[in-house]
Amino acid sequence: MATVSVRNVWKEYGAQVVLENVRLEIADHEFVTIIGASGCGKTTFLKMLLGMEQPTRGQILIDGKPIRPEPDPDRGVVFQRYSSFPHLTVLENVMLGLELKAARFAGRLFGGRRRATREAALAMLESVGLAHARDRYPAQLSGGMQQRMSIAQAVICKPKILLLDEPFGALDPGVTADMHQLILRLWAENRMTIFMVSHDIQESFQLGTRLLTFDKLRHNPQSPEAYGASVTYDLKLARRSRDEIDSPKLAVGA
Amino acid sequence: MRRLINQHPGRAAGLALGVLPFIALLFVYVIASQLRLAENAGDKLLPSLGTIADTFHNYAFEADKRSGEVLFWADTWASLKRIGAALAISSSLAVLLAVCIGVIPRARALLSPLLNTVAMIPPLAVLPILFIVLGLEETSKIALIVIGVAPCVARDLALRVTELPREQIIKAQTLGASTWQLILRVVLPQLWPRLIDALRLSMGSAWLFLIAAEAIASTQGLGYRIFLVRRYLAMDVILPYVAWITLLAVFADLALRALRTKAFRWAEPER
Repeated sequence: MATVSVRNVWKEYGAQVVLENVRLEIADHEFVTIIGASGCGKTTFLKMLLGMEQPTRGQILIDGKPIRPEPDPDRGVVFQRYSSFPHLTVLENVMLGLELKAARFAGRLFGGRRRATREAALAMLESVGLAHARDRYPAQLSGGMQQRMSIAQAVICKPKILLLDEPFGALDPGVTADMHQLILRLWAENRMTIFMVSHDIQESFQLGTRLLTFDKLRHNPQSPEAYGASVTYDLKLARRSRDEIDSPKLAVGA
Repeated sequence: MRRLINQHPGRAAGLALGVLPFIALLFVYVIASQLRLAENAGDKLLPSLGTIADTFHNYAFEADKRSGEVLFWADTWASLKRIGAALAISSSLAVLLAVCIGVIPRARALLSPLLNTVAMIPPLAVLPILFIVLGLEETSKIALIVIGVAPCVARDLALRVTELPREQIIKAQTLGASTWQLILRVVLPQLWPRLIDALRLSMGSAWLFLIAAEAIASTQGLGYRIFLVRRYLAMDVILPYVAWITLLAVFADLALRALRTKAFRWAEPER
Protein backbone atom coordinates (compact mmCIF):
# COMPACT_ATOMS: atom_id res chain seq x y z
CA MET A 1 0.00 0.00 0.00
CA ALA A 2 1.29 3.41 -0.87
CA THR A 3 -0.98 6.34 -1.49
CA VAL A 4 0.63 9.73 -1.90
CA SER A 5 -0.96 13.05 -1.00
CA VAL A 6 0.68 16.25 -2.08
CA ARG A 7 -0.94 19.09 -0.18
CA ASN A 8 -0.44 22.65 -1.44
CA VAL A 9 3.26 22.20 -1.91
CA TRP A 10 5.45 25.17 -2.81
CA LYS A 11 9.16 25.19 -3.49
CA GLU A 12 11.04 28.46 -3.51
CA TYR A 13 14.73 29.27 -3.70
CA GLY A 14 14.89 32.81 -2.37
CA ALA A 15 12.83 34.94 -4.71
CA GLN A 16 12.68 32.22 -7.34
CA VAL A 17 9.51 30.16 -7.22
CA VAL A 18 10.02 26.73 -8.73
CA LEU A 19 6.76 25.04 -7.84
CA GLU A 20 3.57 26.64 -6.67
CA ASN A 21 0.61 25.10 -5.01
CA VAL A 22 0.95 21.53 -6.25
CA ARG A 23 -2.01 19.45 -5.13
CA LEU A 24 -2.30 15.76 -5.93
CA GLU A 25 -3.88 12.61 -4.60
CA ILE A 26 -2.18 9.51 -5.98
CA ALA A 27 -3.84 6.13 -5.48
CA ASP A 28 -2.01 2.97 -4.53
CA HIS A 29 -0.22 1.13 -7.35
CA GLU A 30 -0.46 4.02 -9.75
CA PHE A 31 2.14 4.49 -12.47
CA VAL A 32 2.56 8.25 -12.60
CA THR A 33 4.49 9.73 -15.48
CA ILE A 34 5.61 13.35 -15.31
CA ILE A 35 6.55 15.47 -18.30
CA GLY A 36 7.30 19.12 -18.82
CA ALA A 37 9.86 21.47 -20.28
CA SER A 38 13.29 21.47 -18.69
CA GLY A 39 13.47 23.72 -15.67
CA CYS A 40 9.76 23.33 -14.97
CA GLY A 41 10.33 21.75 -11.60
CA LYS A 42 9.59 18.12 -12.37
CA THR A 43 12.93 16.96 -11.03
CA THR A 44 12.51 19.21 -8.00
CA PHE A 45 9.15 17.54 -7.41
CA LEU A 46 10.80 14.12 -7.59
CA LYS A 47 13.54 15.24 -5.20
CA MET A 48 10.91 16.32 -2.71
CA LEU A 49 9.18 12.95 -2.97
CA LEU A 50 12.57 11.38 -2.37
CA GLY A 51 13.36 13.55 0.63
CA MET A 52 16.43 15.14 -0.97
CA GLU A 53 14.67 18.50 -0.80
CA GLN A 54 11.96 19.80 1.49
CA PRO A 55 8.91 21.81 0.39
CA THR A 56 9.01 25.44 1.53
CA ARG A 57 5.26 25.29 2.13
CA GLY A 58 2.73 22.48 2.25
CA GLN A 59 3.43 18.83 2.91
CA ILE A 60 3.69 15.44 1.27
CA LEU A 61 2.10 12.39 2.88
CA ILE A 62 2.67 8.72 2.16
CA ASP A 63 -0.19 6.54 3.43
CA GLY A 64 -1.40 9.53 5.41
CA LYS A 65 1.89 10.06 7.22
CA PRO A 66 4.28 12.94 6.48
CA ILE A 67 7.34 11.71 4.57
CA ARG A 68 10.66 11.58 6.36
CA PRO A 69 12.82 14.57 5.44
CA GLU A 70 15.61 12.30 4.16
CA PRO A 71 15.76 9.36 1.75
CA ASP A 72 14.70 6.03 3.24
CA PRO A 73 13.98 2.48 2.04
CA ASP A 74 10.27 3.26 1.53
CA ARG A 75 11.23 5.17 -1.57
CA GLY A 76 13.51 3.50 -4.10
CA VAL A 77 15.14 5.49 -6.86
CA VAL A 78 16.76 5.05 -10.24
CA PHE A 79 18.61 8.04 -11.64
CA GLN A 80 19.65 8.55 -15.22
CA ARG A 81 23.27 7.86 -14.27
CA TYR A 82 25.55 7.14 -11.31
CA SER A 83 22.99 5.21 -9.34
CA SER A 84 25.06 2.07 -9.00
CA PHE A 85 28.23 1.44 -7.04
CA PRO A 86 31.31 1.13 -9.26
CA HIS A 87 33.30 -0.93 -6.75
CA LEU A 88 30.72 -3.70 -6.50
CA THR A 89 29.97 -6.36 -9.09
CA VAL A 90 26.47 -6.54 -10.55
CA LEU A 91 25.54 -9.26 -8.08
CA GLU A 92 27.00 -7.37 -5.13
CA ASN A 93 25.18 -4.22 -6.21
CA VAL A 94 21.85 -6.05 -6.12
CA MET A 95 22.68 -7.78 -2.82
CA LEU A 96 23.66 -4.52 -1.13
CA GLY A 97 20.20 -3.38 -0.04
CA LEU A 98 19.35 -6.77 1.48
CA GLU A 99 22.69 -6.91 3.26
CA LEU A 100 22.30 -3.43 4.68
CA LYS A 101 18.89 -4.33 6.04
CA ALA A 102 20.00 -7.59 7.63
CA ALA A 103 23.41 -6.57 9.00
CA ARG A 104 22.99 -3.21 10.69
CA PHE A 105 26.55 -3.02 11.98
CA ALA A 106 28.77 -4.94 9.58
CA GLY A 107 26.77 -3.98 6.50
CA ARG A 108 27.51 -7.36 4.98
CA LEU A 109 26.40 -10.92 5.51
CA PHE A 110 28.37 -14.13 5.89
CA GLY A 111 27.70 -17.86 5.64
CA GLY A 112 24.18 -19.15 5.23
CA ARG A 113 22.45 -15.80 5.36
CA ARG A 114 24.78 -14.54 2.66
CA ARG A 115 23.95 -17.56 0.50
CA ALA A 116 20.22 -16.92 0.91
CA THR A 117 20.67 -13.27 -0.04
CA ARG A 118 22.81 -14.30 -2.99
CA GLU A 119 20.05 -16.63 -4.20
CA ALA A 120 17.47 -13.87 -3.93
CA ALA A 121 19.72 -11.45 -5.81
CA LEU A 122 20.45 -14.05 -8.49
CA ALA A 123 16.72 -14.63 -8.97
CA MET A 124 16.27 -10.89 -9.34
CA LEU A 125 19.09 -10.70 -11.88
CA GLU A 126 17.53 -13.60 -13.77
CA SER A 127 14.26 -11.69 -13.87
CA VAL A 128 15.86 -8.56 -15.34
CA GLY A 129 17.98 -10.61 -17.75
CA LEU A 130 21.38 -9.89 -16.21
CA ALA A 131 22.28 -13.28 -14.74
CA HIS A 132 25.08 -13.75 -17.28
CA ALA A 133 26.73 -10.46 -16.24
CA ARG A 134 26.61 -10.98 -12.50
CA ASP A 135 30.36 -10.88 -11.94
CA ARG A 136 31.04 -7.82 -14.04
CA TYR A 137 31.57 -4.33 -12.72
CA PRO A 138 29.13 -1.55 -13.71
CA ALA A 139 31.76 0.16 -15.87
CA GLN A 140 31.86 -2.98 -18.01
CA LEU A 141 28.13 -2.84 -18.78
CA SER A 142 26.26 -1.05 -21.53
CA GLY A 143 23.95 1.80 -20.57
CA GLY A 144 20.86 -0.41 -20.80
CA MET A 145 22.41 -3.11 -18.65
CA GLN A 146 23.45 -0.56 -16.05
CA GLN A 147 19.88 0.68 -15.80
CA ARG A 148 18.57 -2.89 -15.52
CA MET A 149 20.95 -3.45 -12.64
CA SER A 150 19.98 -0.18 -11.02
CA ILE A 151 16.30 -1.05 -11.26
CA ALA A 152 16.91 -4.55 -9.88
CA GLN A 153 18.92 -3.02 -7.05
CA ALA A 154 16.02 -0.76 -6.10
CA VAL A 155 13.14 -3.21 -6.63
CA ILE A 156 14.68 -6.07 -4.61
CA CYS A 157 14.29 -3.90 -1.50
CA LYS A 158 10.53 -3.78 -2.14
CA PRO A 159 10.06 -0.03 -1.82
CA LYS A 160 6.51 1.30 -1.48
CA ILE A 161 7.31 3.93 -4.05
CA LEU A 162 9.75 3.77 -6.92
CA LEU A 163 11.04 7.06 -8.29
CA LEU A 164 12.54 7.09 -11.77
CA ASP A 165 14.37 10.21 -12.92
CA GLU A 166 14.58 9.97 -16.72
CA PRO A 167 15.89 6.43 -16.36
CA PHE A 168 15.84 5.69 -20.09
CA GLY A 169 16.87 9.14 -21.29
CA ALA A 170 20.39 8.11 -22.24
CA LEU A 171 19.55 4.80 -23.92
CA ASP A 172 19.26 3.73 -27.55
CA PRO A 173 15.67 3.53 -28.85
CA GLY A 174 15.81 -0.27 -29.34
CA VAL A 175 16.95 -0.77 -25.78
CA THR A 176 14.29 1.56 -24.44
CA ALA A 177 11.46 -0.65 -25.69
CA ASP A 178 12.84 -3.62 -23.75
CA MET A 179 13.22 -1.48 -20.67
CA HIS A 180 9.57 -0.42 -20.93
CA GLN A 181 8.47 -4.05 -20.89
CA LEU A 182 10.74 -4.71 -17.93
CA ILE A 183 9.52 -1.83 -15.81
CA LEU A 184 5.86 -2.62 -16.55
CA ARG A 185 6.39 -6.24 -15.53
CA LEU A 186 8.18 -5.33 -12.31
CA TRP A 187 5.47 -2.79 -11.54
CA ALA A 188 2.80 -5.47 -11.99
CA GLU A 189 4.70 -8.06 -9.96
CA ASN A 190 5.51 -5.77 -7.07
CA ARG A 191 2.86 -3.72 -5.43
CA MET A 192 4.53 -0.35 -5.71
CA THR A 193 3.56 3.12 -6.84
CA ILE A 194 5.84 4.49 -9.53
CA PHE A 195 6.68 8.09 -10.32
CA MET A 196 8.64 8.53 -13.52
CA VAL A 197 10.02 11.79 -14.84
CA SER A 198 10.48 11.67 -18.59
CA HIS A 199 11.03 13.99 -21.50
CA ASP A 200 9.53 11.50 -23.93
CA ILE A 201 5.81 12.18 -24.39
CA GLN A 202 5.12 8.91 -26.16
CA GLU A 203 6.84 6.94 -23.42
CA SER A 204 4.83 8.78 -20.79
CA PHE A 205 1.51 7.90 -22.43
CA GLN A 206 2.59 4.33 -23.04
CA LEU A 207 3.75 3.51 -19.53
CA GLY A 208 1.66 5.65 -17.24
CA THR A 209 -1.73 5.08 -15.68
CA ARG A 210 -1.69 8.72 -14.83
CA LEU A 211 0.15 11.48 -16.62
CA LEU A 212 1.07 14.83 -15.09
CA THR A 213 2.43 17.79 -16.97
CA PHE A 214 4.26 20.54 -15.14
CA ASP A 215 4.23 24.05 -16.51
CA LYS A 216 3.79 27.63 -15.43
CA LEU A 217 0.20 28.76 -15.11
CA ARG A 218 1.14 32.42 -14.98
CA HIS A 219 3.94 34.31 -16.67
CA ASN A 220 5.52 37.58 -15.74
CA PRO A 221 7.74 38.70 -18.61
CA GLN A 222 9.48 41.27 -16.38
CA SER A 223 10.53 38.69 -13.79
CA PRO A 224 10.27 35.14 -15.11
CA GLU A 225 11.12 33.66 -11.73
CA ALA A 226 8.19 35.26 -9.93
CA TYR A 227 5.78 32.42 -10.65
CA GLY A 228 6.42 28.74 -10.33
CA ALA A 229 5.20 25.73 -12.23
CA SER A 230 2.31 23.58 -11.18
CA VAL A 231 0.41 20.61 -12.54
CA THR A 232 -1.27 21.82 -15.73
CA TYR A 233 -2.66 18.51 -16.99
CA ASP A 234 -3.56 15.49 -14.91
CA LEU A 235 -4.70 12.67 -17.18
CA LYS A 236 -5.89 9.25 -16.14
CA LEU A 237 -4.86 6.88 -18.87
CA ALA A 238 -6.53 3.69 -20.00
CA ARG A 239 -4.06 0.89 -20.61
CA ARG A 240 -4.33 -1.28 -23.68
CA SER A 241 -5.48 -4.78 -22.85
CA ARG A 242 -2.44 -6.61 -24.22
CA ASP A 243 -0.34 -5.20 -21.40
CA GLU A 244 -0.14 -7.69 -18.63
CA ILE A 245 -1.42 -5.31 -15.99
CA ASP A 246 -3.90 -6.32 -13.33
CA SER A 247 -6.34 -3.42 -13.00
CA PRO A 248 -6.11 -0.62 -15.53
CA LYS A 249 -7.40 2.72 -14.42
CA LEU A 250 -10.04 3.88 -16.85
CA ALA A 251 -11.57 7.26 -16.25
CA VAL A 252 -10.10 10.22 -18.13
CA GLY A 253 -10.20 13.60 -16.47
CA ALA A 254 -8.23 16.81 -16.15
CA MET B 1 56.29 10.33 -43.74
CA ARG B 2 53.74 10.35 -40.94
CA ARG B 3 53.60 13.18 -38.45
CA LEU B 4 55.76 12.86 -35.34
CA ILE B 5 52.66 12.63 -33.16
CA ASN B 6 51.61 9.47 -35.01
CA GLN B 7 54.93 7.63 -34.89
CA HIS B 8 54.87 5.17 -32.01
CA PRO B 9 57.98 3.23 -30.98
CA GLY B 10 57.61 -0.56 -30.83
CA ARG B 11 57.99 -2.46 -27.58
CA ALA B 12 61.73 -3.07 -27.90
CA ALA B 13 62.40 0.39 -29.28
CA GLY B 14 60.40 1.96 -26.46
CA LEU B 15 62.40 0.07 -23.88
CA ALA B 16 65.67 1.04 -25.55
CA LEU B 17 64.63 4.68 -25.62
CA GLY B 18 63.81 4.53 -21.91
CA VAL B 19 67.19 3.03 -21.00
CA LEU B 20 69.15 5.39 -23.25
CA PRO B 21 69.19 8.48 -20.94
CA PHE B 22 70.41 6.33 -18.04
CA ILE B 23 73.28 4.96 -20.09
CA ALA B 24 74.07 8.44 -21.36
CA LEU B 25 74.24 9.81 -17.79
CA LEU B 26 76.48 6.96 -16.69
CA PHE B 27 78.71 7.51 -19.70
CA VAL B 28 79.03 11.23 -19.02
CA TYR B 29 79.89 10.46 -15.39
CA VAL B 30 82.57 7.94 -16.27
CA ILE B 31 84.22 10.28 -18.78
CA ALA B 32 84.12 13.25 -16.38
CA SER B 33 85.45 11.13 -13.56
CA GLN B 34 88.35 9.87 -15.68
CA LEU B 35 89.22 13.40 -16.78
CA ARG B 36 89.32 14.65 -13.20
CA LEU B 37 91.24 11.67 -11.89
CA ALA B 38 93.80 11.98 -14.70
CA GLU B 39 94.47 15.50 -13.51
CA ASN B 40 94.55 14.67 -9.79
CA ALA B 41 94.54 11.04 -8.62
CA GLY B 42 93.36 12.14 -5.15
CA ASP B 43 90.21 13.88 -6.44
CA LYS B 44 87.16 13.11 -4.29
CA LEU B 45 84.36 14.75 -6.22
CA LEU B 46 83.87 12.21 -8.97
CA PRO B 47 85.28 8.87 -7.76
CA SER B 48 85.73 6.11 -10.31
CA LEU B 49 83.15 3.33 -10.50
CA GLY B 50 85.77 0.98 -9.09
CA THR B 51 86.27 3.10 -5.98
CA ILE B 52 82.51 3.36 -5.50
CA ALA B 53 82.17 -0.42 -5.81
CA ASP B 54 84.93 -1.01 -3.25
CA THR B 55 83.44 1.40 -0.75
CA PHE B 56 79.97 -0.02 -1.30
CA HIS B 57 81.35 -3.51 -0.65
CA ASN B 58 82.78 -2.31 2.66
CA TYR B 59 79.50 -0.74 3.69
CA ALA B 60 77.16 -3.45 2.53
CA PHE B 61 79.01 -6.68 3.21
CA GLU B 62 81.44 -6.06 6.04
CA ALA B 63 80.67 -5.29 9.64
CA ASP B 64 81.69 -1.87 10.89
CA LYS B 65 84.65 -2.15 13.22
CA ARG B 66 83.19 0.12 15.85
CA SER B 67 79.53 -0.88 15.99
CA GLY B 68 79.82 -4.41 14.64
CA GLU B 69 76.88 -3.75 12.30
CA VAL B 70 76.79 -3.84 8.55
CA LEU B 71 76.19 -0.13 8.11
CA PHE B 72 74.38 -0.11 4.77
CA TRP B 73 71.69 -2.55 5.83
CA ALA B 74 71.40 -1.13 9.33
CA ASP B 75 70.86 2.32 7.83
CA THR B 76 68.34 0.98 5.32
CA TRP B 77 66.39 -0.86 8.01
CA ALA B 78 66.35 2.17 10.33
CA SER B 79 65.08 4.46 7.58
CA LEU B 80 62.49 2.04 6.24
CA LYS B 81 61.10 1.49 9.74
CA ARG B 82 60.68 5.23 10.20
CA ILE B 83 59.11 5.91 6.84
CA GLY B 84 56.91 2.81 7.06
CA ALA B 85 55.57 3.71 10.48
CA ALA B 86 55.05 7.31 9.43
CA LEU B 87 53.15 6.37 6.27
CA ALA B 88 50.98 3.90 8.17
CA ILE B 89 50.08 6.53 10.76
CA SER B 90 49.55 9.18 8.07
CA SER B 91 47.24 6.91 6.09
CA SER B 92 45.10 6.01 9.10
CA LEU B 93 44.84 9.63 10.20
CA ALA B 94 44.11 10.87 6.70
CA VAL B 95 41.39 8.29 6.03
CA LEU B 96 39.72 8.99 9.35
CA LEU B 97 39.75 12.74 8.80
CA ALA B 98 38.72 12.51 5.16
CA VAL B 99 35.74 10.29 5.88
CA CYS B 100 34.53 12.53 8.71
CA ILE B 101 34.99 15.68 6.66
CA GLY B 102 33.61 14.25 3.46
CA VAL B 103 30.56 12.50 4.85
CA ILE B 104 29.39 14.30 7.99
CA PRO B 105 28.54 17.98 7.49
CA ARG B 106 28.99 18.85 11.18
CA ALA B 107 32.42 17.23 11.23
CA ARG B 108 33.26 19.15 8.06
CA ALA B 109 32.32 22.43 9.71
CA LEU B 110 34.40 21.49 12.76
CA LEU B 111 37.52 20.04 11.14
CA SER B 112 37.86 21.43 7.65
CA PRO B 113 39.20 24.92 8.58
CA LEU B 114 41.64 23.36 11.05
CA LEU B 115 42.92 20.85 8.50
CA ASN B 116 43.31 23.49 5.82
CA THR B 117 45.32 25.64 8.23
CA VAL B 118 47.50 22.84 9.58
CA ALA B 119 48.31 21.76 6.03
CA MET B 120 49.87 25.18 5.48
CA ILE B 121 52.38 24.88 8.35
CA PRO B 122 55.82 24.29 6.87
CA PRO B 123 56.76 20.98 8.56
CA LEU B 124 60.45 21.78 8.77
CA ALA B 125 59.64 24.93 10.75
CA VAL B 126 58.12 22.80 13.52
CA LEU B 127 60.99 20.31 13.53
CA PRO B 128 62.74 22.09 16.44
CA ILE B 129 59.48 21.99 18.40
CA LEU B 130 59.24 18.26 17.74
CA PHE B 131 62.80 17.71 18.93
CA ILE B 132 62.18 19.79 22.05
CA VAL B 133 58.85 18.20 22.90
CA LEU B 134 59.32 14.63 21.71
CA GLY B 135 63.06 14.28 22.19
CA LEU B 136 65.66 13.20 19.67
CA GLU B 137 64.51 9.60 19.39
CA GLU B 138 62.34 7.93 16.77
CA THR B 139 59.08 9.64 17.75
CA SER B 140 60.07 13.11 16.60
CA LYS B 141 61.31 11.83 13.22
CA ILE B 142 58.13 9.89 12.58
CA ALA B 143 56.06 12.85 13.76
CA LEU B 144 57.81 15.14 11.27
CA ILE B 145 56.93 12.87 8.36
CA VAL B 146 53.34 12.51 9.60
CA ILE B 147 52.96 16.28 9.90
CA GLY B 148 54.39 16.70 6.44
CA VAL B 149 52.36 14.00 4.74
CA ALA B 150 49.07 13.41 6.58
CA PRO B 151 47.38 16.82 6.07
CA CYS B 152 47.94 16.78 2.31
CA VAL B 153 46.74 13.20 1.95
CA ALA B 154 43.74 13.97 4.16
CA ARG B 155 42.78 17.00 2.08
CA ASP B 156 43.12 15.05 -1.13
CA LEU B 157 41.02 12.17 0.19
CA ALA B 158 38.36 14.48 1.62
CA LEU B 159 38.07 16.00 -1.82
CA ARG B 160 37.67 12.53 -3.34
CA VAL B 161 34.89 11.73 -0.90
CA THR B 162 32.99 14.89 -1.76
CA GLU B 163 33.47 14.04 -5.43
CA LEU B 164 31.46 10.84 -5.08
CA PRO B 165 28.31 11.41 -7.14
CA ARG B 166 25.44 12.61 -4.96
CA GLU B 167 23.25 10.04 -6.70
CA GLN B 168 25.30 7.27 -5.09
CA ILE B 169 24.87 8.68 -1.62
CA ILE B 170 21.12 9.10 -2.15
CA LYS B 171 20.80 5.64 -3.64
CA ALA B 172 22.56 4.08 -0.66
CA GLN B 173 20.11 5.79 1.67
CA THR B 174 17.14 4.48 -0.30
CA LEU B 175 18.66 1.02 0.13
CA GLY B 176 18.49 1.60 3.87
CA ALA B 177 22.10 2.56 4.59
CA SER B 178 22.80 4.27 7.91
CA THR B 179 25.66 6.78 8.08
CA TRP B 180 27.95 4.05 9.39
CA GLN B 181 26.93 1.57 6.70
CA LEU B 182 27.36 4.23 4.04
CA ILE B 183 30.92 4.81 5.22
CA LEU B 184 31.65 1.10 5.46
CA ARG B 185 30.14 -0.14 2.22
CA VAL B 186 30.16 2.86 -0.13
CA VAL B 187 32.75 5.43 0.89
CA LEU B 188 35.71 3.46 2.26
CA PRO B 189 35.91 0.85 -0.51
CA GLN B 190 36.01 3.62 -3.08
CA LEU B 191 38.61 5.50 -1.05
CA TRP B 192 41.31 2.78 -0.94
CA PRO B 193 42.56 3.18 -4.52
CA ARG B 194 42.55 6.97 -4.02
CA LEU B 195 44.63 6.48 -0.88
CA ILE B 196 47.19 4.54 -2.88
CA ASP B 197 47.34 7.32 -5.47
CA ALA B 198 47.75 9.92 -2.74
CA LEU B 199 50.52 7.91 -1.05
CA ARG B 200 52.37 7.53 -4.33
CA LEU B 201 52.27 11.27 -4.81
CA SER B 202 53.43 12.04 -1.28
CA MET B 203 56.25 9.49 -1.27
CA GLY B 204 58.68 12.17 -2.41
CA SER B 205 57.92 14.51 0.45
CA ALA B 206 57.96 11.62 2.92
CA TRP B 207 61.57 10.85 1.95
CA LEU B 208 62.40 14.53 2.07
CA PHE B 209 61.21 14.84 5.66
CA LEU B 210 62.82 11.57 6.67
CA ILE B 211 66.22 12.66 5.42
CA ALA B 212 65.82 16.11 6.94
CA ALA B 213 65.05 14.60 10.35
CA GLU B 214 67.88 12.08 10.09
CA ALA B 215 70.35 14.70 8.97
CA ILE B 216 69.77 16.79 12.07
CA ALA B 217 69.56 14.28 14.88
CA SER B 218 70.17 10.61 14.40
CA THR B 219 72.68 7.84 14.89
CA GLN B 220 71.52 5.65 12.03
CA GLY B 221 69.67 5.91 8.77
CA LEU B 222 70.31 6.58 5.11
CA GLY B 223 69.96 10.34 5.51
CA TYR B 224 72.16 10.34 8.61
CA ARG B 225 74.96 8.52 6.78
CA ILE B 226 74.89 10.87 3.81
CA PHE B 227 75.16 13.92 6.02
CA LEU B 228 77.80 12.29 8.21
CA VAL B 229 80.21 11.43 5.41
CA ARG B 230 79.57 14.76 3.71
CA ARG B 231 82.20 16.20 6.06
CA TYR B 232 84.85 14.05 4.38
CA LEU B 233 83.58 14.75 0.86
CA ALA B 234 83.01 10.99 0.64
CA MET B 235 81.21 11.00 -2.69
CA ASP B 236 81.95 7.28 -3.01
CA VAL B 237 79.48 6.73 -0.12
CA ILE B 238 76.99 9.47 -0.92
CA LEU B 239 76.43 8.48 -4.55
CA PRO B 240 75.46 4.83 -3.93
CA TYR B 241 73.31 5.89 -0.97
CA VAL B 242 71.43 8.39 -3.14
CA ALA B 243 71.03 5.77 -5.85
CA TRP B 244 69.75 3.28 -3.27
CA ILE B 245 67.20 5.75 -1.83
CA THR B 246 66.00 6.45 -5.34
CA LEU B 247 65.72 2.75 -6.05
CA LEU B 248 63.75 2.15 -2.85
CA ALA B 249 61.35 4.93 -3.77
CA VAL B 250 60.92 3.55 -7.28
CA PHE B 251 60.21 0.07 -5.87
CA ALA B 252 57.70 1.46 -3.41
CA ASP B 253 55.96 3.29 -6.24
CA LEU B 254 55.86 0.19 -8.43
CA ALA B 255 54.58 -1.93 -5.55
CA LEU B 256 51.78 0.53 -4.78
CA ARG B 257 50.82 0.67 -8.43
CA ALA B 258 50.76 -3.11 -8.68
CA LEU B 259 48.64 -3.31 -5.53
CA ARG B 260 46.16 -0.85 -6.99
CA THR B 261 45.85 -2.81 -10.22
CA LYS B 262 45.53 -6.16 -8.47
CA ALA B 263 43.26 -5.28 -5.57
CA PHE B 264 41.02 -2.68 -7.19
CA ARG B 265 40.27 -4.01 -10.63
CA TRP B 266 37.05 -1.97 -10.74
CA ALA B 267 39.02 1.27 -10.50
CA GLU B 268 41.20 0.54 -13.54
CA PRO B 269 40.31 2.35 -16.73
CA GLU B 270 38.86 0.07 -19.42
CA ARG B 271 41.35 -1.05 -22.03
